[in-house]
Amino acid sequence: MKLTDDDKAMRDGAEGPAVAAAMDLLIRYGEALDAEHLCDVRNVAGTTTQPSPVKARLVAEGGWEKAFSVINLDADFDSYEALPIPDMKVPTCQLQQGFGPDSVGIAPYPEKFVELQSDAEAFYGRRGVHILATCTPYQVGNLPTRGEHCAWMESSAVVYANSVLGARTNCEGTASTGAASLTGRIPCWGNHHDAHRLGTHLVRADVPVSGFRDWGMFGYFVGELVQEARPVVVGDLARPDLTELKHFGAAAASSGGVELYHVPGVTPEAPDVETAFGGTVPEAVGYGAAERRHVYETLNDQGSCTDVDFVLLGCPHASLDQIRAAARALEGRRLHSGTQLWIMAPRALKDTADRSGYTAVIEAAGGKVLADSCPAMSRSAPPGTKVFATDSAKQAHYLPAILGIEAWFGTLDECVDAAVTGRWRGGL
Amino acid sequence: MTVLHGRTVVPGVVEGEALVSHETISGWGGIDPATGTIIERRHELCGVCFTGKILVFPGAKGSSGWSGFFQTTRLLGTAPIGMIFTVVTTKAALGAVVTRVPALTDLDRDPTEAIRTGDRLRLDATAGTVEILR
Repeated sequence: MKLTDDDKAMRDGAEGPAVAAAMDLLIRYGEALDAEHLCDVRNVAGTTTQPSPVKARLVAEGGWEKAFSVINLDADFDSYEALPIPDMKVPTCQLQQGFGPDSVGIAPYPEKFVELQSDAEAFYGRRGVHILATCTPYQVGNLPTRGEHCAWMESSAVVYANSVLGARTNCEGTASTGAASLTGRIPCWGNHHDAHRLGTHLVRADVPVSGFRDWGMFGYFVGELVQEARPVVVGDLARPDLTELKHFGAAAASSGGVELYHVPGVTPEAPDVETAFGGTVPEAVGYGAAERRHVYETLNDQGSCTDVDFVLLGCPHASLDQIRAAARALEGRRLHSGTQLWIMAPRALKDTADRSGYTAVIEAAGGKVLADSCPAMSRSAPPGTKVFATDSAKQAHYLPAILGIEAWFGTLDECVDAAVTGRWRGGL
Repeated sequence: MTVLHGRTVVPGVVEGEALVSHETISGWGGIDPATGTIIERRHELCGVCFTGKILVFPGAKGSSGWSGFFQTTRLLGTAPIGMIFTVVTTKAALGAVVTRVPALTDLDRDPTEAIRTGDRLRLDATAGTVEILR
């Protein structure tokens, strides 16, 4: 891999040992990818504050500097206790983490992790990491410009940044984003190149795709079909809004590994189908009533008991429109005594929801708006949960494995009905 | 003896038993790093432990937590001892780098077809070869 003089200087320690470790990781990683060189990034979104047993051990041994050295820079920790961590070189935010102090008594999340995380926020904040605490940084002010090279992790954020914003990022990891934050560099590979942003598969909706549930199911179908490739979707599509594009991409990134999709006439790099493919348009794969039915049944084959203990809304983190919609659906109603309802939101949007009065309506019904985390990231659901219902294809996909619980997938209204009656009564 | 040739992802030499997955693997949500076990319910290897094995698989899928979860298996002592995969993604490449095990890709034959679970392998990722010692 070709290195610039600056890359070599960083590797050789001109900016200190942490930057040298970061460059060493980027070189090993770039060579693993067979990348030709690194490129500049000035927008990094990564994981730093999320607690884990391993991280807790490292912090006990050598503070956050050791945790960052080992986990975020993949530094060789046998030879030193920790590396002094400088300020972030380029704008950097962290993503979602565990639950915060306001969840104590609601989520059965270890208080020692809440404390550890608060300590982490203080450490990283001082070094210039924006504590956004959300899987959707683009909803709370971190909006890379079109064409900008970024180093983001979190599959649903990556697919949104590439597809909806037209920024350029691969699906980075904890170590590569850590290294990028201290160097402003990342391997120039994959989605950073024009040729790797063109569509590979054409998928045509032959049934109407409209509304949150159907955009999620369509995304789940497309991801399963193309895996890591780049779908271009056409057909009977209603113009999607932010929440639907967020849900579509998250579902496609869960069932497959989609990092970039095009919706001609909607997403910025696809004014039309021909442009999306850069030439020859392949034959379309159809998404009809049978395919839609199959996706629905797949998402619902992790449920057998219709007694619902827990309803989860907002994955990826809810938009203000989603929080308001939940508040409207819950207005004047009361949750079933055996069922809890959590809505996951970015902290900045929860604050807005509080001030807009939405949170009060949700809480009056017995529901909660929780920030910073989700049951998958925190590995916590209400105590005793056996069966949950969600409007998120992503959570229906992951949570049964992570928490060992049954899942039902449906619309917001079906989920709210389950929360109020304690029964799943959804259907296609 | 069969020898496959490929491209170095992480250099190094290791000998051990193959564990072959025909399906892509999820890291975050798909493995339990504490036990080195695949936990994705619909996966063909659900419940199977990869610790100490050379993991042969088509590639990585799902969350960007992939590399961090496999890095955690190294820190907890539950990691595979080598990786051979077909499709190069940032998740699989970075995952192999931070797991710090010999790893190979771009092989001249589909490794998930040529190699069977239980085969003894000599993986020379520096030279870019994997010998199937049946």
